[in-house]
Amino acid sequence: MNFELILAVIIAAYLRKSFQTKKEFPKWYNILSIIFYGGIVLLVLNITVGRWTSVTRWLGHALMLYLIYILFVEDVFKKAKSILIAIAPFVLLSLLKDVSALINITQFKVWKNLIDTALGFSVIWMFIMWIITNKQRKELEKERIKTKHEEEQKILVESMNDQLEIQVRERTKEITQQKEELEHTLDELKSAQAQLIQAEKMASLGQLTAGIAHEIQNPLNFVNNFSELNKEMLEELKDEIAKPAAQRDDGLGNELIADLISNSEKINYHGKRADNIVKSMLQHSRASSGTKELTDINALCDEYLRLAFHGTRAKDKSFNSGMESVFDPSLDAGDDGSGKIKIVPQDIGRVLLNLLTNAFYEVNEKRKKEIPGYQPMVKIKTRRCDNNVEIEVSDNGRGIPEEIRKKIFQPFFTTKPTGEGTGLGLSLSYDIINAHNGQISVTSVPGESTTFKIILPTS
Amino acid sequence: MKVLVVDDEHDVRLLFEQKFRKEIKSGEMNFSFAYSGQEALDYLRKSDQGAVLILSDINMPGMSGLELLKKIREESPAPPPMVMMITAYGDQQNRDSAKQLGADDFLTKPVDFNELKTKLKSVV
Repeated sequence: MNFELILAVIIAAYLRKSFQTKKEFPKWYNILSIIFYGGIVLLVLNITVGRWTSVTRWLGHALMLYLIYILFVEDVFKKAKSILIAIAPFVLLSLLKDVSALINITQFKVWKNLIDTALGFSVIWMFIMWIITNKQRKELEKERIKTKHEEEQKILVESMNDQLEIQVRERTKEITQQKEELEHTLDELKSAQAQLIQAEKMASLGQLTAGIAHEIQNPLNFVNNFSELNKEMLEELKDEIAKPAAQRDDGLGNELIADLISNSEKINYHGKRADNIVKSMLQHSRASSGTKELTDINALCDEYLRLAFHGTRAKDKSFNSGMESVFDPSLDAGDDGSGKIKIVPQDIGRVLLNLLTNAFYEVNEKRKKEIPGYQPMVKIKTRRCDNNVEIEVSDNGRGIPEEIRKKIFQPFFTTKPTGEGTGLGLSLSYDIINAHNGQISVTSVPGESTTFKIILPTS
Repeated sequence: MKVLVVDDEHDVRLLFEQKFRKEIKSGEMNFSFAYSGQEALDYLRKSDQGAVLILSDINMPGMSGLELLKKIREESPAPPPMVMMITAYGDQQNRDSAKQLGADDFLTKPVDFNELKTKLKSVV
């Protein structure tokens, strides 16, 4: 049996398979296949044809030497160096033994024993190397499996990352789209809010049209009546002057002149009164400039008290209510305007209008219950308090239950029947007072009274 | 003739005093003024201060002119005064209510004082 041929077949088969030569290195696959199949053929010949034994032995040496050569030289088989180390002693000793036999050195017994012993050791060496290599191979295999697993994990993580990135991209796109939609909705809401504010403003103005008409009509009546009177008195004075000096009544003349002066002042006063009301009405309907101006808060309260009263009365002819105003004299404008405070008059006017209209509405609703002895009353009070001004609007109407009191400043909250209230009056009032760095609060005894208190800084 | 003018506008007094200067001086007419329905009622309840004619605004805070008229007719002081209603709202509803409550006449603002003077003189 030629042991070298068996070894050559095994190593060729091992290298061919382990280094995946078929796929990676086709050239080496072919060479190793030739060695593999050549080795098998030589083995068969070695067994079957006895006279070919020496030929197959030397061919076995040649194959093994060639394998040692390629294992030593070729980078492809770098990792199989341990095979080279394992088989090299055996192959060389085996070759040395056959060369010795050829040149007849084996006749020396010592040499023969030495070579046989060395061959024995080389086989043991090969066996030990096989165990070590096998162990290393197993470890390497384990390591490879581990690395492969890690790579698979890495690929999996990368694939999950890719998937995640795609999902993130899709979600980002969705969110961006939603954001754009929300921005669009917000714009629409802002526009709707502006329209609602304007609608609320115009609704309150509409409610007051009759009241405003009355408030303008009264001063205009005075202007007309006093100017007619002046005309009559001037004619009377003219007649008096035309009389001879002896018949003239100087007392009457002086009295007429004094009345004429007084009436002119009255005409001027009532003209300004009508003018102020028209200006207020225009200011109320116009968008607020947001600019604070020095304002006579007492005059503003008085004006809106009357407007709210006449406005409510115009809507319901059966309505009536007492009105009381208690104004702090230190807040009167005075000749030098020192009592004025800095506010946005049209905005605070809207707040007063809302509170007063609500107050008159409440007392009117209670009046309809026909409670014996009930006298509807709405009061407005101003008071300077350090660097603030307090404005109180109170009524003796139905009061506000505690559970409702918490909601009254919320937008669109109303207790009025459909069509009678927008539910925006108090909410807008709250915003206006906040914008003035002020406070608005409410206290109420259900069934008895309600008081709204506004605190505004004076500057 | 005693005339009671009821109006929450204080300058009305000045108008009447100037317009009826001669009548007041001659004692032909005597004007009193009240600035609310309640004030007018209190005035009328004082027996020695009855008025022959009451000129009342309708649209007043507290007690309105129509409520005042109702109370006057309910309390029916003797002799029953003549009541003329004056208002800025000359609508039919107000006129009908005033007539129903027993108003003798109805004037709309701005009052034509010459017409009023004629009416008052006819009463005198």
